[in-house]
Amino acid sequence: MSENTNKVTGSGRVKRGMAEMLKGGVIMDVVNVEQAKIAEEAGAVAVMALERVPADIRAQGGVSRMSDPDMIEAIQAAVSIPVMAKARIGHFVEAQVLQSLGVDYIDESEVLTPADYENHIDKWNFTVPFVCGATNLGEALRRINEGAAMIRSKGEAGTGDVSNATTHIRTLLREIRRLSSMREDEIYVAAKEMQAPYELVREVAETGKLPVVLFTAGGIATPADAAMMMQLGADGVFVGSGIFKSGNPAQRAAACVKATTYFTDAKVVADVSRGLGEAMVGINVADIPVPHRLAERGW
Amino acid sequence: MSAYRIGVLSLQGDFREHIRSVEATGHSGFGVNRAQEISTLDALILPGGESTTIAKLAQSFGLFKPIKEAIAGGLAVYGSCAGMILLAREIEGAGVGQESFGGIDMKVRRNAFGRQVDSFETDIDFAGIEPAVRGVFIRAPWVESVGAGVTVLASVSTDSGMHPVAVRQGNLLATSFHPELTQDSRVHRYFIEEIVAKTRR
Repeated sequence: MSENTNKVTGSGRVKRGMAEMLKGGVIMDVVNVEQAKIAEEAGAVAVMALERVPADIRAQGGVSRMSDPDMIEAIQAAVSIPVMAKARIGHFVEAQVLQSLGVDYIDESEVLTPADYENHIDKWNFTVPFVCGATNLGEALRRINEGAAMIRSKGEAGTGDVSNATTHIRTLLREIRRLSSMREDEIYVAAKEMQAPYELVREVAETGKLPVVLFTAGGIATPADAAMMMQLGADGVFVGSGIFKSGNPAQRAAACVKATTYFTDAKVVADVSRGLGEAMVGINVADIPVPHRLAERGW
Repeated sequence: MSAYRIGVLSLQGDFREHIRSVEATGHSGFGVNRAQEISTLDALILPGGESTTIAKLAQSFGLFKPIKEAIAGGLAVYGSCAGMILLAREIEGAGVGQESFGGIDMKVRRNAFGRQVDSFETDIDFAGIEPAVRGVFIRAPWVESVGAGVTVLASVSTDSGMHPVAVRQGNLLATSFHPELTQDSRVHRYFIEEIVAKTRR
């Protein structure tokens, strides 16, 4: 029988493969054990453990940081599904701490206050995989070049306004389609223009897709929002403030899960949308001054 | 041999990768997520993903009973990772209320190798497949114990001893690892030639 020959942890296949297992699913923001249990019970594929959901970060202001390890460990102990946690952009020590806690994925997230306005975390140095936000293809490929094993379009977190999520997933996928139609000698300039490594740009042009799983996030508040993101081509969705800032979180969470699976079936989306109660109140992205928009963080 | 129609349960997880692996063997692979589709299949694959999520969606959309009955009726079924958990008679570390279709007389332990930082890939000696296959284990389960009718096809050694990671009972096949994440379709071919072909003429 097998000796463990050639055994490797933290390989690209293992990190990216973890995201493959999340596809077609909903990842939910939770701030305590009770919410994590509700999310698991509703069929979430993973939970994102954080101290405050983006809507509260936005309302309360101040510097927003990695969560308390006690809180993350309590959630890890309470649920059997994967537990993710956020580190500040560029804060590699927060990432080291999260890896030592055994979180299943680290989100290097613009929702927290950046710790470095020049460099992101060198994610190749870690065994734990990272997901990073992006608003366009160049940004996505820069993150992948730094070792991100999963990308999520940013949207505008904590608003319940899906318009930026729509813009970002459309932009990413449109830029991929555009690359696929290019002549080989045009790829060089395309790489220069999107400020992304030529090798990755060429890979996307050849395969017609990102080399990692692409979720969408930021403003998704209803089952119909989730289904729209899936129809636009996302592999899955993050729902942050949208669930636990609504009137009936358990029911809304389950509804988002079902709509994400049966995203092409309007009858299912209609059925799960019935009697959900109040959605999160929300803020129009247009009413937020540009310097306060989280999607502007990261580069 | 004509092409078999192999459905991949498409509720959540890496069902597209399984479809691609089936197609690489020359057979017809496609997603299924409606109860009435189950009885039309030559075989079913339960993909990797989150076993709690897949089980809940199967319950909500009326797929649980038809799949359980199809398994009892002798349908050829292959499950990887979450799919292995769904084929187990008993689950160690199950989520609250988590149920399985059952079919294989085994107890599996969820997330047995640890959390994602412990996920790994390694070469696996698989009885009936030469040379070794590359096993990709992601928050993978292992088999704790098996009944008399279960054949162990592959095991890995860990600090706590040898644990089965590929098993077969009758028309059912389960692996802890994900052959669908590699370009090697020999495990799918094994399923089709050794199991599906013998249930269909």
